[in-house]
Amino acid sequence: MATTTLPVEVEKKIHEQEALITGAEAIAIACKLANVDVVTAYPIRPYDTVMQYISQLVADGEMDCEYIVAEGEHSQFEIVKHASICGARVFCGSSGVGWMYAMEALTVSPALRVPMVCMVGNRALDDPGAFGVEHNDALAVRDLGWLLTWVDNAQEALDTALIAYRVAEDRRMLVPLAISCDGAFLTHSQALVRIPAAEQVKQFLPRYDRGDLLLHPDNVISVAPQANEDWVMEIRRQNYAVTERACSVIREVYADFGRTFGRKYGNPFFEEYLTEDAEVVLLGMGTLSTRVRVAVRKLREQGKKVGFVRLRWFRPFAGPEIAKCLERFKAVGVIDRDFSFGSPNLSGVVATEVRSAMYTGASTRPPVLGFICGLGGREVTVHDVEKMTDIVFEAAKGVTQPLTQWIGLRG
Amino acid sequence: MGQLFAVEIIYRGVFQKTLAKNITRGIVLAAHNEGKLGISFGRYGDAPERNGIPAKSFAIIANDEQTLEAGMAQYEPKHVDLTVVLDDTLCKGAESWAWYGLQPVHHALKSGHTLIVVSLQDAPTLLKTIHRREEPYKLGILKGVTSFSGMWVYKDDHTDVRVLGAIAKALPELVSLKSVEKFITEKLKNSLKVTSTQTAYQRFTAVDVKPGKGNPEELFNFELLPWENMRNGVSIPGQPQGGPYADPVTKQTGGFRPARNELFKKYSTRTQRPVVNFSTCTKCTLCWLDCPDASFDVTPDGTYDANLEACCGCGICEAVCPVKDCVTMVNESLFHDNDSQWVRYKKDPHTYLKWLEKTIEMAEPDEKRSHGFRYRGQYQEQLPEALEVARKG
Ligand code: SF4
Ligand code: SF4
Repeated sequence: MATTTLPVEVEKKIHEQEALITGAEAIAIACKLANVDVVTAYPIRPYDTVMQYISQLVADGEMDCEYIVAEGEHSQFEIVKHASICGARVFCGSSGVGWMYAMEALTVSPALRVPMVCMVGNRALDDPGAFGVEHNDALAVRDLGWLLTWVDNAQEALDTALIAYRVAEDRRMLVPLAISCDGAFLTHSQALVRIPAAEQVKQFLPRYDRGDLLLHPDNVISVAPQANEDWVMEIRRQNYAVTERACSVIREVYADFGRTFGRKYGNPFFEEYLTEDAEVVLLGMGTLSTRVRVAVRKLREQGKKVGFVRLRWFRPFAGPEIAKCLERFKAVGVIDRDFSFGSPNLSGVVATEVRSAMYTGASTRPPVLGFICGLGGREVTVHDVEKMTDIVFEAAKGVTQPLTQWIGLRG
Repeated sequence: MGQLFAVEIIYRGVFQKTLAKNITRGIVLAAHNEGKLGISFGRYGDAPERNGIPAKSFAIIANDEQTLEAGMAQYEPKHVDLTVVLDDTLCKGAESWAWYGLQPVHHALKSGHTLIVVSLQDAPTLLKTIHRREEPYKLGILKGVTSFSGMWVYKDDHTDVRVLGAIAKALPELVSLKSVEKFITEKLKNSLKVTSTQTAYQRFTAVDVKPGKGNPEELFNFELLPWENMRNGVSIPGQPQGGPYADPVTKQTGGFRPARNELFKKYSTRTQRPVVNFSTCTKCTLCWLDCPDASFDVTPDGTYDANLEACCGCGICEAVCPVKDCVTMVNESLFHDNDSQWVRYKKDPHTYLKWLEKTIEMAEPDEKRSHGFRYRGQYQEQLPEALEVARKG
């Protein structure tokens, strides 16, 4: 405990450890470090990796929590919802249709101001049954008041889980938060991760305190009564107020994370890669970033000035900042690992949001092309990225391109 | 804009849902015989699928389409030309399931217009429970036994057509007796019902109610808070535990009275109330255990007092009490307060027990005790009585 007064660098040397772990394991370790009180589990791949790691930590005596295996995802999320209202720090998660099965509990949590932190191991929605990554599962709650973030490596998964508790449990927020981890690429492959010391985490993460919203015999309240049309709109407005504050709280927490652990993420909302002199950029979320960065480097060797913007936070969607960033380029290509059938221009979810942000926030509006690719876990190849980049360059030259194209599709 | 009329029907959920619908549909179809247009609908915020819950149905009638649309361009009519109360125990106010507060039955009635109540009681008695108001109105009583039946059915005791007859008398501009007769002949195809509607029309009279006349009870007031002032997390303050209370005579404290939500006090949901014989109660606790609304206060004597600020009138206590005539459900319209029966009993046991005996006798002859879930007017045996009333007027 005495070490908390030491400078960050010294303390890191004393306590920080390095380990070869998966993204799921990284999140399990973050749960241990965050001293989570209640964990609920129900197996579905790829989320189940995290429940396995947590159960091992509990079995090994390294972690002390209530570990409840529910009889299905609906109960899994209902249990943490109630535990959270009673003052417990909670963790849970799911994937694909498991997440959808919990939908009722997911729907009510934002209004009840439940800061549950969840891991969504992104998985294609059935049918057909498939393990592979697609983002439509987590995106299903995008309009309901959840905070949604996507990570692209195990280190970021661990760090984001710690940040997630700080953000979700902040008294100005108190809303559920899902950390999306692409199935396979992140959940099942191991990478070197630096694990911060428990003391440091303690310093960063205060006790969870929901104040007068705590359901407790000493604070007699009734939660979720029936209400008529005289009250519902005002309740929605309260959640809207949370989203108004979200960006500034997240920025604050990232700054504090950098100060505490010495690992700085810069702009929390999106990460720019070789964009400074770029003529065109690609934008996407999650682990496809590895392929895109490799492709970008390759293309730059050929003299093609392309950059990449990796979106970290989808909710809140940092609209004005994204618009200001993207207005600098001659054309933008958005890679969606999801679909939004029947949407404007039939694009994916992210492309549609980006266009909407650009319409109001950008002073010049370059063409925004939508690419749907990598569905159901299909690999997004370096070649795919090259192909998309070529199309975006064509648009930059003024040659009109279709607003939505499927990449990596047979036929 | 042309002429616009709105009629409000206040009824009991489930038991009178079909009856209320029959009436509002009847108004629209009868007025249509005069070339008028209209719609009939139930208040959406209500839950008329719940036993006995106060609910509302409306008919909106206009001379032309644009006027009708103007009348429809609101959630529910704020001002009505006529209000009909289908169960006189509702004169205590309509407290919807969705809870808009306790609304007096003439809440939306325009000044000088008519309130029709189906009842066997007279105007002075009803005015003990109907709240007073600033604007004058007319109170018309359609003599009749309260017509209750099940969810999808109507007892067909002619209450619907009798109400239509009364409406034609009270507000001929809305619909004439002739149009009502035509509707019944053509759509209901029942000449006996034409006679019923004519009789109701002839006999129906209304008395003037002057401003300030009626039940002086202050209505519970509540504020619709701005969103910033509302608690977060869809939470409301709960109730503390409650505790023992004092015997009115000996002043000794004991027993247990749970704390109850001030906002949900009145329960105009109730059509019957339990009366308790504290002298024969064996303190078996069954009523207290089984009451779904935790309405029983445990008195310092260890007996059980149905707290009428909480009781919904379901009758379960009567059904479970093992002692003969110890808990009896009686007609709610006999009562004008929610005072504690136990306090009355303690202050004067003799008078209380005499009163109890009389009340039970008057309300329910012995053989009609149900010992199960029940409600007013469910018995076939009441049909002759209803017929008698209809005949005599
Ligand atoms: S009638 Fe129903 S609500 Fe009222 S006291 Fe009896 S059991 Fe309780
Ligand atoms: S059920 Fe009857 S006898 Fe038993 S406690 Fe209640 S009133 Fe008394």
